[in-house]
Amino acid sequence: MRHSTTVTIGPRTFRIGSDWRAPVDAVDALYRDYPAPASLIPDYTVRLEAAKFARRLIRPSVAICGDYTLPEAVPQSLAHGLISAEMAMNLQMALGERRFLLLHASSVEKGGKVLIMTGESGSGKSTLSALLASRGWRFMGDEFALIDPLTGDVCPFPRPISLKNEAIGVMRGMLPATRFGPLQADTAKGDICHLIPDDAAIAAMHNPAPPALILFPAYGLPCDIRPVGKSEAFVRLTQASTNYTALGEAGFDALARLVKNVPIGAIDYPDTDTALALVDELWAALP
Amino acid sequence: MGASTYAASLPFKSVALDGLSAIYHGASGATHVVAEPVPQILEALGGDTLTLAELLARLGADYDLDDDAEAGLSARLDELVALGLVIAR
Repeated sequence: MRHSTTVTIGPRTFRIGSDWRAPVDAVDALYRDYPAPASLIPDYTVRLEAAKFARRLIRPSVAICGDYTLPEAVPQSLAHGLISAEMAMNLQMALGERRFLLLHASSVEKGGKVLIMTGESGSGKSTLSALLASRGWRFMGDEFALIDPLTGDVCPFPRPISLKNEAIGVMRGMLPATRFGPLQADTAKGDICHLIPDDAAIAAMHNPAPPALILFPAYGLPCDIRPVGKSEAFVRLTQASTNYTALGEAGFDALARLVKNVPIGAIDYPDTDTALALVDELWAALP
Repeated sequence: MGASTYAASLPFKSVALDGLSAIYHGASGATHVVAEPVPQILEALGGDTLTLAELLARLGADYDLDDDAEAGLSARLDELVALGLVIAR
């Protein structure tokens, strides 16, 4: 790899290498507020390579490579190199992680207790975590909630928040421009812009906390709070986990403990103000 | 001809959730979400190898069984054998 950098987020260190300088510089800029890695020995290596030799120079096209890869991953434009790097980091965690049970979920903490929000893409879990973080909650992650099978705690993994389309304008209106990465327009998921977590979230990225509430948010529906049965939640969370099967018995124990011990609900919301009010209401009702 | 004896495929873990239970099957690594009476059947088998009549008697000691319990139990056991959670011999 001609160019490389190393970043640590919570318990994991990534080495990101590339045939080109631009994606590595973009990663360095996005993670400029994160402390330097304590060790340069990475847990995962990401490589952003030319899809074909000529594609290093002519219409540069990035293939996502690394310790773990998906053979059908489509090469992306070099202009979207930062997104390629972020996707590749997600892929390493999703396919390679064995220490933690991974839930595709966002998580925020207040008063020493964690709110986990999980749902499909478009449910608003990233946007809600960013909004809650701007209202005094500690941001712990918007992509993966890392459940420690030994303790049941949620381990922070506060990567920059991947804001999409309308959410970009909403957050830009609330926070200083220095908190945002470059706008990457016309990606496969529309416009994407990364929001850098605040200093408190980064400073506390090695501090786990116990889960206190699990929510399944759904955007675009009339306001509603619905109970979710434990067995339904168990099945939905196995589907939301990228490594439940790989963890075997440890994954079963961790998920069963989470589902049995933590209150679970679903919220439907037509707009973010409603969602935040619902979160406040449910959080205040916790024992 | 039906099997003469039944044994649970060990090890397994059963966790009661709401109306359903989650079962982790150690031999396959598979998770099953099951309704009653599956957890009760596996618990009654424990580590033993039992005939249908012996299993029925063991369940009858703890639960009120219907007159057609034997046929129902036989059908459930066939399903559990198909899932790999019970071994029939």
